[in-house]
Amino acid sequence: MPPKVRDTFTVRSDHDVVTVRQKARQLATELGFSLVNQTKLVTAVSELARNMVVWGGGGTVRMEIVKNGALQGVRLTFEDHGRGIPDIEQAMKDGYSGGSGLGLGLGGAKRLVDEFDIVSRVGKGTRVTITRWK
Amino acid sequence: MERIPILKMGKFLIVSIQVDMHDELALALQEDLAEQIVKTRAKGVLIDISSLNLVDSFTARILGNMTAMARLLDAETLVVGMRPAVAMTLVELGVSLRGIRTAGNAEKGMALLEAIVAQQAKSNAPKST
Ligand SMILES: Nc1ncnc2c1ncn2[C@@H]1O[C@H](COP(=O)(O)OP(=O)(O)OP(=O)(O)O)[C@@H](O)[C@H]1O
Ligand SMILES: [Mg+2]
Repeated sequence: MPPKVRDTFTVRSDHDVVTVRQKARQLATELGFSLVNQTKLVTAVSELARNMVVWGGGGTVRMEIVKNGALQGVRLTFEDHGRGIPDIEQAMKDGYSGGSGLGLGLGGAKRLVDEFDIVSRVGKGTRVTITRWK
Repeated sequence: MERIPILKMGKFLIVSIQVDMHDELALALQEDLAEQIVKTRAKGVLIDISSLNLVDSFTARILGNMTAMARLLDAETLVVGMRPAVAMTLVELGVSLRGIRTAGNAEKGMALLEAIVAQQAKSNAPKST
């Protein structure tokens, strides 16, 4: 069964970051995620959505429910058409920021979810997909 | 623009963050707090985050900035009421809250802040020989 797309959001401002993390919280609550599980997912969402706004010039977030056997989860795809990331390995490192950030967003988001995938092309954009199982 | 209120209670300022802050709101709070510390000559700041169900790297950075800035203005800061799920998430995110003092709830925080400020007043007092 193909995953059910729940929603797609446009994320351009810090207000949109708040909206999208609240939507993710809602969905995780509906699926019965534990409080810690919810909080980890939503924090990762906040980091990736902010990156899109700050570094990627804004983009879209797709939210879907995924199933693996009896397992249910939430998958989010963050896609922008910004400058892209020239060196993903470096960008993933804790403490590396192209600006004045703490440089924890990407590495931290990866630790907070079960599955993390990043594809980026310089001048074309970046797509990050995360999944957290219940 | 909406603002996070800052209340004065005796020598202390109290900031209770009740909403899911967008970044601009957090930055405005940081500015307002600096202004209020100077204006009221507060010796301590209590930041209550018990309503927050999420603290990401940006919010953590703002909390750290506020603590550091208050210290430069001669005020101690205490962050109170962090939810357990938030604390567990912060650890995994890799955010270090080094330099940020915390207490379980506002009441404990207030007592601790009183003690810290009293201690500092004592050690800063001119010594009589
Ligand atoms: N969507 C994106 N488009 C282009 N570059 C990005 C994108 N996301 C991240 N980057 C680059 O990767 C770097 C690391 O990102 P990361 O989120 O880890 O840290 P940060 O955003 O700089 O700081 P923090 O998230 O801790 O506030 C960024 O500084 C930026 O250079
Ligand atoms: Mg980031």
